[in-house]
Amino acid sequence: MKTPIKAKTSRDDRQMLVFMGVIACYLFVALALPLYAILSKSFKNDDGEFVGLANYLEYFNTPSLTYSIQNSLTISIITTLISVTIAFTLAYGLSRSCMRFKGLFKIIALVPILVPSLLPGIALIYLFGRQGMIRGLLFGHDIYGPIGIVISEVFFTLPHALIIIMTALSIADARLYEAAQSLNAGKIKTFFTVTLPGARYGLISAGFVVFTLTITDFGAPKVIGGDFNVLATDIYKQVIGQQNFEMGAVVSLILLLPAGVAFTVDRIMQRKQVALLSARAVAYEPKPSTSFDWIMFCWATIVSIFILTILGTCQYAALIKFYPYDLTLSLNNYQFDLMDGGGWESFYNSLELACWTAVIGTVLVFLGAYMVEKGKGFHLGRNLFQFLAMLPMAVPGLVLGLAYIFFFNSPNNPLNFLYHTMAILVISTVTHFYTVAHLTAVTALKQMDPEFESVAASLKTPFYRTFTRITAPVCLPAILDISIYLFVNAMTTVSAVVFLYGPHTSLASVAVLNMDDAGDIAPAAAMGMMIFYTNASVRILHGLLSRGVLRKTQSWRSR
Amino acid sequence: MSQSEPYLKISDLTKRFGDFTALSDITLEVFEGEFVCFLGPSGCGKTTLLRAIAGLDIQTYGTVEQAGRDVSSLPPAERDFGIVFQSYALFPNLTIEKNIAYGLENHKQPANKIRDRVAELLQLVGMPEQGKKYPAQLSGGQQQRVALARAIAISPGLLLLDEPLSALDAKVRVKLRHEIKELQRKLGITTIMVTHDQEEALTMADRIVVINNGLIEQVGTPEQIYREPATRFVADFIGSMNFLPAAKVSENRVRIGQLEFSCSDAAGSAEITSDQSVHAAIRPEDILVGNASTNYIDVTVDSIEFLGSFVRADLSSPQLDGLILLADFSANLVRSESLSAGSQIRISLPPESLLIYAE
Repeated sequence: MKTPIKAKTSRDDRQMLVFMGVIACYLFVALALPLYAILSKSFKNDDGEFVGLANYLEYFNTPSLTYSIQNSLTISIITTLISVTIAFTLAYGLSRSCMRFKGLFKIIALVPILVPSLLPGIALIYLFGRQGMIRGLLFGHDIYGPIGIVISEVFFTLPHALIIIMTALSIADARLYEAAQSLNAGKIKTFFTVTLPGARYGLISAGFVVFTLTITDFGAPKVIGGDFNVLATDIYKQVIGQQNFEMGAVVSLILLLPAGVAFTVDRIMQRKQVALLSARAVAYEPKPSTSFDWIMFCWATIVSIFILTILGTCQYAALIKFYPYDLTLSLNNYQFDLMDGGGWESFYNSLELACWTAVIGTVLVFLGAYMVEKGKGFHLGRNLFQFLAMLPMAVPGLVLGLAYIFFFNSPNNPLNFLYHTMAILVISTVTHFYTVAHLTAVTALKQMDPEFESVAASLKTPFYRTFTRITAPVCLPAILDISIYLFVNAMTTVSAVVFLYGPHTSLASVAVLNMDDAGDIAPAAAMGMMIFYTNASVRILHGLLSRGVLRKTQSWRSR
Repeated sequence: MSQSEPYLKISDLTKRFGDFTALSDITLEVFEGEFVCFLGPSGCGKTTLLRAIAGLDIQTYGTVEQAGRDVSSLPPAERDFGIVFQSYALFPNLTIEKNIAYGLENHKQPANKIRDRVAELLQLVGMPEQGKKYPAQLSGGQQQRVALARAIAISPGLLLLDEPLSALDAKVRVKLRHEIKELQRKLGITTIMVTHDQEEALTMADRIVVINNGLIEQVGTPEQIYREPATRFVADFIGSMNFLPAAKVSENRVRIGQLEFSCSDAAGSAEITSDQSVHAAIRPEDILVGNASTNYIDVTVDSIEFLGSFVRADLSSPQLDGLILLADFSANLVRSESLSAGSQIRISLPPESLLIYAE
């Protein structure tokens, strides 16, 4: 019998494998081990003894806790329906009408990404709270509770849904519309037979993303939920309020379930959408239609007003001396050092965290994606890496944060010294937002000619030279996107870091939460706006910078 | 040439992807300075073979020896070749000069030496003025010239071309075909080109390797491949060919319809036993008007299709039991014989052009 040829691994392959191994180790320590810690914690009692399903039994025998499951599901489903409907109609107007100010509407609709999910809740208190400016519009209903949560979540999730649906609608094939027209199909029939089916994966995917974001979000229900408990706030209350870590672990794992299912379905949908993309389509160009364009314009205006009202209210609240008694403008609320919550230091900490996360995260994510995409052999390890890279998306921030407590705070852990430091905040944030960044990197890498590496190998060039001279420069737009994504999210995130900050590492978003908790709502709004100013400036800077960098390094793109 | 040791020696090479066998037991020798084409339909395994030679997809079994060295298991970086892909794979963010210099810079040569070499290569591929441009600013043909210059810059012992002309339009393709061949002759570099275009293979190659379903069908000069196709597949794949159901009568005799003809003894016909059902094959352009040989037959012209410099005629005869023969006649002949649909003519099938293949 012939002996199979065993390919000799090249030095490049070995070195790339080492790199991949190092990053896989990072993910293993920063993700897999903490998740294992939280899992095992849920089966133990206070003294660390194994008690089987006792904690789970206790949980399901406590109606006040199990009621949250229903609440969470209800809130998430309602939010999903509303948010996806608004996002779809808005995206439809933006891509299929000839209305004016499309660019402006799009920018406004994406603004909520730049603020923490706590912020809409604060605005709602000023608008519809006990002394709210327009509370009459609620006809006696209480904003604290499901109504407030849903409005906040719609605000918070809208841009995410919009981006996904816009992508789905933008790949429409004009030839299908021409075919429908030539077959005398009416506008409505065309909508239901061409537009909707074409965007269906995008719609479903947007639905699952909104559902996951809502069910795992902790900011909105914390601020505006009142007595209405959801799973996310339960975790927080069990851990911070009652120091019942075991029960916190149980609720975490229960929250992991719907998030995990939604995530899995979403991945399957995304894959199908990509398959549609590869078709050789002719881009659809909308034709002007006076009535339709006006309807869409009015709708986009309404949505924009909703978003700007929330943001404007926060800004107003931040600048008012003492609502509703003294309406003179002042900057008193920005004197954070006079309040609890960490003062200005927490803002600077947030900046530091965002910078570290952007730099370290981008390097880690892009290198990891490169090694896993372009390396050769070792398929098992490669698949395992892919799995680890996808996993953070399915893990709610609170669950990750709690898992970090169990893992890093354990006295037996040699990494124990990280607890309460800036380092653990960076690690948790990079890990929390790893997946989207990884997918961005992989997409960019997949678009490169796979033969670059073959050519480079034939020219005896080591991989790191091709990486630094070709791959990284060509992928620079994606690299910049990853870094801004990580920066913005590090500024706004509350969920994972709320369990991890220490006396000297409080963060702006956490300060918003704590000041709101302490009744200092106006300063909370002011701090929330500080986050917005920062993110908006960085976003603009990023836009200018990438345009400049692109012009300089990507001149090859233009003919 | 074939007396010396082969430069590249492939022995019993098999490549499997899971259950699928892409190549089985390929044995092939390529000599120094030769231009060899791998020709076959898409999916036949020709690119797989090229990638195995390059070490990009290492074979499951079998060995590859290059210049007396066993490179079977070596990664691409430890082999000695330059490669050009259909997609050009030029680095988009580097100028043409930098692209060509990319491999040279690893060899720690002084900068001015690299510059001279790049200028020389640009001259060689006929683009001396274009060095400062980016790939996106060049036409497809120009980009492929740059890719070629980059591949030969490090003076590799072996040049591999993976469908280098397939992405170009017809005119550029013909021009570049000629240029590549000239360049290869000038440099004397051993070259293997993968193509599915028979015309490309016939015009460029010193020898053609016809591959089908992971097996080598025939290896030979373009002349041999065209004139004496070893298998029915090769006969069918290259050029046009009439295939007529027939029966072998005896050595060099075949019966088609009610008639017997002399036929060529090439193409392994000796292995076919008498009375066996076979296919008689003849190229349309080999059919002559008049009784130039003993193999003649009277036919009716059913229809004539005008194809520019020649016409293609459908010929039938009651003695052929309804079989149709395609024949190519020059435009001059059609005029002098005043051929048209319905004409009765006598044609001959030269025995040396009448081949037989087992069914």
